[in-house]
Amino acid sequence: MIPPERYQCLGELLRDALIQFKSETALIECDRKKRKASYTYLEVKRLGERLARRLQEASVGAGDRVAIVMSNQAKWLISAYAALYRGAVLVPIDYKLEGEEQEALLRHCRPKVLLTEYAEHRDMKAVQAGELPISKVFVSEAPRPLPDDGVHERWEDTPDELPPADFVMRGREDQATLVYSSGTGGRPKGCILTHDNYLEQYRTLLALFPFEVGDRYFSVLPTNHAIDFMVGFVGAFACGATVVHQRSLRPEFLRWVLQNQGITHMAVVPLILEAFERRLRENLEDKHELVQHLFEGARQLNAALTLRKPRQKLSKWLCKPVHDALGPDLRQLFVGGAFVEPQRAQLFYDLGIPVVIGYGLTEACTVLTVNDLKPFRPDTVGRPLEGVELEIRDADASGIGEVWAKSRTVFAGYLDDPEQTAEVLQDGWLRTGDLGWIDPSGHLHLVGRTKNMIVTAGGKNIYPEDIESAFEGLACEELAVFASGYVWREPASARLTDEALFAVIRPKEGEPAETLLEELRRRNHKLPDFKRIAGVLPWSEEFPRTASMKVKRGVLAEQLRERARREDIRRVSG
Amino acid sequence: MNRDDLIQKLIELAAKRFGRDASALKADDDFFEKLGIDSFQAMELMTDLEEEFDVEIPDYELQGVNTFLKLADVIEPRL
Repeated sequence: MIPPERYQCLGELLRDALIQFKSETALIECDRKKRKASYTYLEVKRLGERLARRLQEASVGAGDRVAIVMSNQAKWLISAYAALYRGAVLVPIDYKLEGEEQEALLRHCRPKVLLTEYAEHRDMKAVQAGELPISKVFVSEAPRPLPDDGVHERWEDTPDELPPADFVMRGREDQATLVYSSGTGGRPKGCILTHDNYLEQYRTLLALFPFEVGDRYFSVLPTNHAIDFMVGFVGAFACGATVVHQRSLRPEFLRWVLQNQGITHMAVVPLILEAFERRLRENLEDKHELVQHLFEGARQLNAALTLRKPRQKLSKWLCKPVHDALGPDLRQLFVGGAFVEPQRAQLFYDLGIPVVIGYGLTEACTVLTVNDLKPFRPDTVGRPLEGVELEIRDADASGIGEVWAKSRTVFAGYLDDPEQTAEVLQDGWLRTGDLGWIDPSGHLHLVGRTKNMIVTAGGKNIYPEDIESAFEGLACEELAVFASGYVWREPASARLTDEALFAVIRPKEGEPAETLLEELRRRNHKLPDFKRIAGVLPWSEEFPRTASMKVKRGVLAEQLRERARREDIRRVSG
Repeated sequence: MNRDDLIQKLIELAAKRFGRDASALKADDDFFEKLGIDSFQAMELMTDLEEEFDVEIPDYELQGVNTFLKLADVIEPRL
């Protein structure tokens, strides 16, 4: 791990890393069941700096914005290095958004250069038509000629004879990136993050979970996502690790990479963790009863032996079939972006795969807290990282209140939006919008989002996320809890009553509704009265989700409002 | 193989994979809805189809494809 203290900016840190680890493998790119390309650190440096020269010729310099709209791949990181080398402000845009949404963000941030791939460019009609004031658009993998407008160029068409690019130095307080937070609608929120934010985050996070040369990180979360950007780019490169990409995100190709490319680390969202568990259980169901007993025995033994701290070699030996099924070299999973089920995190830990649960938001660079592994605590999002102060403000009688944070990793504000900035940044403190409490040992527990909070007629606060976790693992595709008064907005229910809570359920094909309802009733009954749901609304469409797979509650509520009726809610008794 | 045969074949393969009755499926049916599958399962179906027809379809070509007709549009030029 290269110590960050003596560096002023990300470009400088990365440039040194590419020299220091020159003969190590920096990037591996797979496509389906093939390894398509691999690059050493030196090759990344050469490719990145040649691209930097092209950026220089497009007059990109200190503080100019360079946007990237690409799926996860080697060219993403090479492009990002080129932009940072030129002292530019990197604007990573979610490749999963629709073309028009991407263009709305491009209009908002007005980049000088856009780096993109054919599959994304194809959907950006205004960019193709030259309607946006972008001076250069580099498009990779274009199967046909690009518009001949002096703006478009093929990413790959770097002339052989190019003078070297000039490195542009930036200071700690200068802007490094502009990252759009995965908000669920409303005005675009472009978070201004400085080099100091990143270098400090790198220092505190990687000190806890350092990569070693030879480690292989599998990058599947979109790289514009704070976690992947830090762990799968800055952190990995500054530690000499290898970043592995898979161009096709179909489940079987992801599995192929995990099983065949020596993956040691991976960051996922809770939904992927859930898919992993499902696969483990399905595998097990096919096995003989005796095998299932042996599996359970090995899990318990491993859990007992790793009570105080992880013991990787031992776990791998005890739970070999599990490790082989998931990925024989997998050592650690990072999970963030939404609420993680404690039982699920514990299961993976018991099987010898520690799950690092982080809590953070784009406005705080990457993470503010991570959970403890010694001993393992899956029930909380952990303690603040070094240099992070947390406060619970406006706490209710049970100690739950809004989480505020102070840290060098807190962003500088939203682009062109002093109003929203003033709302979340006050006296150097960041208002997170999350609700939680801190236990006596200093661990943060999250219960929900302030804006999702439901206040009952009895004055009790309810957090839909909290109730949803009680129904975790039900035999349905998706489940979300709402207050009916919120969805249908009757004036009469301005003060909501507990009877108004209901669960929207997308059933599984072929699962008998009665079995599901019975289990739901059983679990509902275990909840305190005021948290019980009163009814169930069956729903056939996939829930809208953000890039980090959080349910877009507002959008889902709108869909329900338009296409469902309150009368469709089936009552559940007990 | 003509287009109608292709569509019929797609319907049969999809019906078989998810244990449905092929005769209940039509070319312009939304297969997510009719088969009750999610995008993960749809991707698995694509991989089956690629093997069957010996073609390779980039994931981005499948964005917005939700009927057997549209699926045939993507596969046909590659046959």
